[in-house]
Amino acid sequence: MQVKGNVFKYGDNVDTDVIIPARYLNTSDAAVLAEHCMEDIDINFTDRVKKGDIIVAGKNFGCGSSREHAPLAIKTAGISVVIASTFARIFYRNAINIGLPILECPEAVADIDDGDQVEVDFTAGRITNITKGRTYQAQPFPEFMQALISAGGLVNYLSKQ
Amino acid sequence: MGMTMTQKILAAHAGLDRVKAGQLIMVNIDLVLGNDVTTPVAIQEFSKIGKAKVFDKEKVAIVPDHFTPNKDIKAAQQCKLIREFALDQEIEHYFEVGEMGIEHALIPEQGLVVPGDVVIGADSHTCTYGALGAFSTGVGSTDMACAMAAGQCWFRVPGAIKFVLNGKPGKWVSGKDIILHIIGKIGVDGALYRSMEFDGDGLKYLSMDSRFTMANMVIEAGAKNGIFPVDEQIIAYVKNHSNKEFTVFKSDKDAEYEEIYNINLNEIRPTVAFPHLPENTRTIDEVGSVALDQVVIGSCTNGRIEDLRVAAGILKGKKVHKGLRVIVFPATQKIYLKALREGLIEALVEAGAVVSTPTCGPCLGGHMGILAKGEKALATTNRNFVGRMGHPESEVYLASPAVAAASALTGRITNPEDIVEEGVGNASKR
Ligand code: SF4
Repeated sequence: MQVKGNVFKYGDNVDTDVIIPARYLNTSDAAVLAEHCMEDIDINFTDRVKKGDIIVAGKNFGCGSSREHAPLAIKTAGISVVIASTFARIFYRNAINIGLPILECPEAVADIDDGDQVEVDFTAGRITNITKGRTYQAQPFPEFMQALISAGGLVNYLSKQ
Repeated sequence: MGMTMTQKILAAHAGLDRVKAGQLIMVNIDLVLGNDVTTPVAIQEFSKIGKAKVFDKEKVAIVPDHFTPNKDIKAAQQCKLIREFALDQEIEHYFEVGEMGIEHALIPEQGLVVPGDVVIGADSHTCTYGALGAFSTGVGSTDMACAMAAGQCWFRVPGAIKFVLNGKPGKWVSGKDIILHIIGKIGVDGALYRSMEFDGDGLKYLSMDSRFTMANMVIEAGAKNGIFPVDEQIIAYVKNHSNKEFTVFKSDKDAEYEEIYNINLNEIRPTVAFPHLPENTRTIDEVGSVALDQVVIGSCTNGRIEDLRVAAGILKGKKVHKGLRVIVFPATQKIYLKALREGLIEALVEAGAVVSTPTCGPCLGGHMGILAKGEKALATTNRNFVGRMGHPESEVYLASPAVAAASALTGRITNPEDIVEEGVGNASKR
């Protein structure tokens, strides 16, 4: 499993209120949520994001509310993987459960800049910064998680079992 | 090596004698909770699983509280969806407008959680019930769906940090100040993935309402759960609210703690979190002059009866600052009624505050008090992230009901000690 895209880089403690503001939570339509993804932290995000692009952020990504709408908005907006130094625990759970790939790799976060082109190999846990010509090693995805992500999340995975 | 009370509760619900930090386990759930934002997504997922009925209709609670009474057509549709699901599934604990309240105040009040329980909720502040010596934590909608179907949820057993609270807090220092102080100290990811366990002689000075406030905010330090040892106060509360049988779990003497903090409660000052993170704390002596447009008193953090008593006590017979908007929202109908009977609502309205029906409303920038660009609010809620209460360029300051009420009188962040000592804002002196 490999993905490639351009990086949107953010800082520490990106919370679920800026990923998808509560004022849009009167719907659970993923397409509508995706239109407002990252709006309060990066007003141009939805105009610029292309399918396959990658979010790279600091520590405690996804802190705050338990809204699954947050990873759902990110995934539906086209983001292929989120790389962060650490994730808040509910976001971590939710991302896995809905099949949004996430990786913890402080070393990659420290080196990757906004706009860099990056390639991720989930099986090997390898992150390649094509722009800078460097690679970083994260924990490879356990098989279970790879299966879960290709199934499109926990529920699809369970119902296929 | 012994186990913490959290680890013991999880082990007992996984059918295991022992567990240790880091272990992945499947746990039986005593209560699954959802609200009007997270339940619609959970229902979608639940229907994909293909199970006709929830695992136990008495162990699911659904509380429409975020955008209720319905704020707009979309919210009305969401609430209709969950109402129909609750009816169809014969969910025992579905709370319609009129019976409802903010979920984390309502669930304990209804006696649905007792010590030793495992509760998951598709709402991050589900951690509130740790105040009752239960394991409770927030999850997402998919977890809620799977738990509604199977009555189980997977967990990684958390390690723990212990906070030993000693001494007696000052008159204007409540659970809110203590938990803000702690978050300021350890940071918004200071307890990531771990339990925060409270202990020490100082606990006896902390009311149940103060403890609910503290457990409510452990998620703001990234914790998986917060938990209080079961003492007489907890047992009295539970006996007053519930007929359910319960089990008391105690941490072993040799339980492992990754860190231990000793905190002297008599050194804690009224504390305020500045924008845009709960960890940006300053004591009331360090806040300087911050002029406010709005004061909000309420939420699952501080909308309980004691909070309203403190606020009404400070505001009674006085007037809120001219031009300031003061919004009070009691957390449940019962609390509302009690406040009414005690004359608190009258005191608040006479002072110039508005009192809302129980709802999450302004806390998450939903409705009933949204901020415009550049506006500043002081709130007794739990989060002050960018845009939390409205415009992305508005600001939220977090504090206790006492600080909120004192600030309501002056229009700037104010130490309650100053109000009471100087009689600022006293109508009779004007
Ligand atoms: S009052 Fe605020 S923090 Fe509490 S459940 Fe409602 S929105 Fe969440």
